[in-house]
Amino acid sequence: MTPRQRLWFFAVAAAGLVACYLWAFAGLPGFGGYPGPYGQEILRVAVQQTNATGVVSAINFEYRGFDTVGEEFILFAAAAGMSVVLRKLREERETEPTDEADSRTVPPSSSAVRVAALLMVGPTAVLGWWLASHAQASPSGGFQGGVILASAFLLIYLAGEFLSFRRLSPDALLDAVEAVGAGGFAAIGLAAIAMNLPYLYNYLPLGTIPGAVSSSGTIALISFFVGIEVAAAFVLIVGELLDQTLLRSA
Amino acid sequence: MIPAGLMNTLQVTVLVLVAAGATVVVRTRTRVRQVLALSVYGMLLAILFLVFQAPDVTLSELTVGAIVLPIILLLAIAKVSKPDRKRER
Repeated sequence: MTPRQRLWFFAVAAAGLVACYLWAFAGLPGFGGYPGPYGQEILRVAVQQTNATGVVSAINFEYRGFDTVGEEFILFAAAAGMSVVLRKLREERETEPTDEADSRTVPPSSSAVRVAALLMVGPTAVLGWWLASHAQASPSGGFQGGVILASAFLLIYLAGEFLSFRRLSPDALLDAVEAVGAGGFAAIGLAAIAMNLPYLYNYLPLGTIPGAVSSSGTIALISFFVGIEVAAAFVLIVGELLDQTLLRSA
Repeated sequence: MIPAGLMNTLQVTVLVLVAAGATVVVRTRTRVRQVLALSVYGMLLAILFLVFQAPDVTLSELTVGAIVLPIILLLAIAKVSKPDRKRER
């Protein structure tokens, strides 16, 4: 195909795309319009039914809890697959990185970065832990809390403390926490079946005050398990990649 | 509460910023700079979700799009751009 033919081909295809795009746009509902009945219905009944004021958590861990189990295991499988693919092979030995240019002086990491990162570790960890363990009242739940908790660990690395980062997050512990998180979610659901209830049915007492620590039954509990699973999975994934980059395998 | 007119202005502003940010990410040719632009773009997307009243998606986007994804990409770039000692022998 000559460049000229290719250009014609592109022009026809692009014109078709633009036409279809404009046609599709013309049929969209108005800005902010919401035609579906489910959102309004959930907003009407969710707080009454679940005693969770964080309606997003109520939806994620109760109304569509089964979908969330699937999503949970996607991340679990991704982290497990990563550990398997990046594992240390039998003939591989890991060595500490060596300086390849001894004569060049490496500038030390700026103390502003170190101090800022270390100062943020505590608040970040608390925010993540709160989001994950108080899903019944927070704007989101275990997933967001878990990733924020994981970024607290990343801040330790950012502060220049690679060895502290690895010491605080040994792979065996991460694997165990990840398994407990994913397994705990599935087990809470299976316990409902053991009680002759539907899978993931909210069988715990809902409490009396919406949004209180004791409210929302299984929602808060599932969110907590999701939180520790997600945090462990993300620290594991980034830790594996850091090992790949910083340690030399020979 | 933010008045509706101001909210619309805010939404349009952020939408324009997101479009501009995406263009900057695509047009940046240096890999490390592109990752940094992507991180800023993730931050803009997070603000977009916040302005459209989705705080849960905001937190997800902020942590995954602006922090974890750039870190994973930076590590991958560091890994592939390092000379392989085995091949040198």
